[in-house]
Amino acid sequence: MLQNIPIQRKLMTVNLLTSGAVLLLTCLAFFGYEVLTFRQATVQRLFTLGKIISANSTAALAFDDRDAATEILAALKAEPHIVAAGLYGTTGKLFAQYPVNSPAAFPAAPEQDGYHFERGHLAGFQPVMQSGRRLGTLYMEYDMGAMYEQLWRRGEIAALVMVVSLLTAYLLSRTLQKQISVPILALAETAHAVSKQRDFSVRAVKFGEDELGLLTDAFNQMLAEIQKLNATLEERVRERTGQLEIANKELEAFSYSVSHDLRAPLRHVDGFVDLLRKQSAEKLDERGRRYLDIIAASARQMGTLIDDLLVFSRMSRGDLRRAKVASESLVHEVKDAMQGETNSRRIIWKIDGLPQVEADAPMLRQVWANLIGNAVKYSRTRDPAEIEIGCDTVNDEFVFFVRDNGVGFDMQYVDKLFGVFQRLHRADEFEGTGIGLANVRRIVSRHGGRTWAESNGDGGATFFFSLPKTTN
Amino acid sequence: MAPLKRILLAEDSERDVELTMAALEENNLANEVVVARDGAEALDYLYNRGKFAGHANGFPVVVLLDLKMPKIDGLEVLKTMRSDPYLRHIPVVMITSSREEQDLIRSYELGVNAYVVKPVDFQKFVESVKQVGFFWAIVNEPPPGTMKRSG
Repeated sequence: MLQNIPIQRKLMTVNLLTSGAVLLLTCLAFFGYEVLTFRQATVQRLFTLGKIISANSTAALAFDDRDAATEILAALKAEPHIVAAGLYGTTGKLFAQYPVNSPAAFPAAPEQDGYHFERGHLAGFQPVMQSGRRLGTLYMEYDMGAMYEQLWRRGEIAALVMVVSLLTAYLLSRTLQKQISVPILALAETAHAVSKQRDFSVRAVKFGEDELGLLTDAFNQMLAEIQKLNATLEERVRERTGQLEIANKELEAFSYSVSHDLRAPLRHVDGFVDLLRKQSAEKLDERGRRYLDIIAASARQMGTLIDDLLVFSRMSRGDLRRAKVASESLVHEVKDAMQGETNSRRIIWKIDGLPQVEADAPMLRQVWANLIGNAVKYSRTRDPAEIEIGCDTVNDEFVFFVRDNGVGFDMQYVDKLFGVFQRLHRADEFEGTGIGLANVRRIVSRHGGRTWAESNGDGGATFFFSLPKTTN
Repeated sequence: MAPLKRILLAEDSERDVELTMAALEENNLANEVVVARDGAEALDYLYNRGKFAGHANGFPVVVLLDLKMPKIDGLEVLKTMRSDPYLRHIPVVMITSSREEQDLIRSYELGVNAYVVKPVDFQKFVESVKQVGFFWAIVNEPPPGTMKRSG
């Protein structure tokens, strides 16, 4: 219950509760002891008084002299707290009483010897003896009221002392708690400033050499360490960024030189093969002409590979220029661009429910071109081919899919599907360089989405990619 | 006096020159072509100096520029031409291996008239060169001061 209050009030509450409890316990113990000793003393006194009265009244009892006995008892007037006394003879009959005409009911007969407390009174019997012979019994009743009154007064004093003590304790703790709370508050304030302003250059003020001083030192040391780490971190980030920039530049230079220089010899191969074919075809036999075809085809294939690789590297490097893209019209555009291949075939298209997304339009076009192109390519053996393109909304993502009834793929190799230059079909079955899906994955992941695929063998394949609904 | 040619081809690779010429031949434009083997030579021709000093006055109908050449590259030739009040109107076509965005952007920024990427497939290349040659040397009306077609 103290957990959420400020430390100053906490310290004072703890102090006051502790001192209050100690004072209260002390008072209670003291009071209890007082009551106990007072009672014992009273019993003792009453007993002694009884002894004296007994000793004096032996003669009166022995001679059956009631007047003498009454007179002796009347001496008890000196002790105002004794409210009643009586002497019983050996027969057990009341022999004399004090005060003489007391309306108080005396016990009819003596009971067991000894005094006991009841209803604010101390009353009891004690024997009247002479030379070992019991002559009768003395009864006395003592009013404890006065004593309790006195005790009450003491209690009042004790309460007053307690109030004064607590007040003093309060004032003292209010001053002294500062010794503890001020350094803690200073520390807390510094910590707050650090966490709010992210300024690690501030330092907490130290107030002494105690544990709080140690804590302040440690805290300041940690701040210094963080400040240093921050500085080196920034330094390191700068360094790494520099290295990355260099690496990126080198990569750019590399792909630039690939683009320029690697393609040139291929062009030459294809070009001169063509010239050779034109000029010297008749000098070559069938086999020679076939070799020329192979040389030219290989050169072109390598050209395609280089082009694809360059596209791939461009897709990874270029900046994303996000804009609103209408998926539906983009998909139709891509599909229409493939008419060269699709016109001669029967394909049942089902394109439905494609939402607008925020993406880099040329890159997204590349994604659709690859996925739709694959669907068209791998359903070539089907008549009619069926290609379904759609979108589901899952949580805060759009999940697009392209489903075909083509040859599908073996789910065993699904992991290889999106790798660079990974192919699951031979080039003489289905042409391709194996870069398309790698491009898809790269582009989609740069947009914050995922790519995956499913196939049940010969029954076709479904390719999925997700895009976040909102981009930050 | 150097012969009068209507097409200036700046290309450093001998093989590319041969292939380009073979392609132009198909359009009967080969003998209208003068070849500069780097950017410096191309500028020499345009400024009528150095190796080409003393050729007849007049500008080519089109300059076919390779991007990557020793000494002075295609972009620099283009830049020099565009900043020269006498040469700035001459149509320039980049014929290059590069499909790199930066090259495209730089070329268009400097005011290129067309940008043709040399495909690996020679037949496609022949087709491209044919079209370029046909358009710029035959269809297009060149700016005043350009050489008239010989013959």
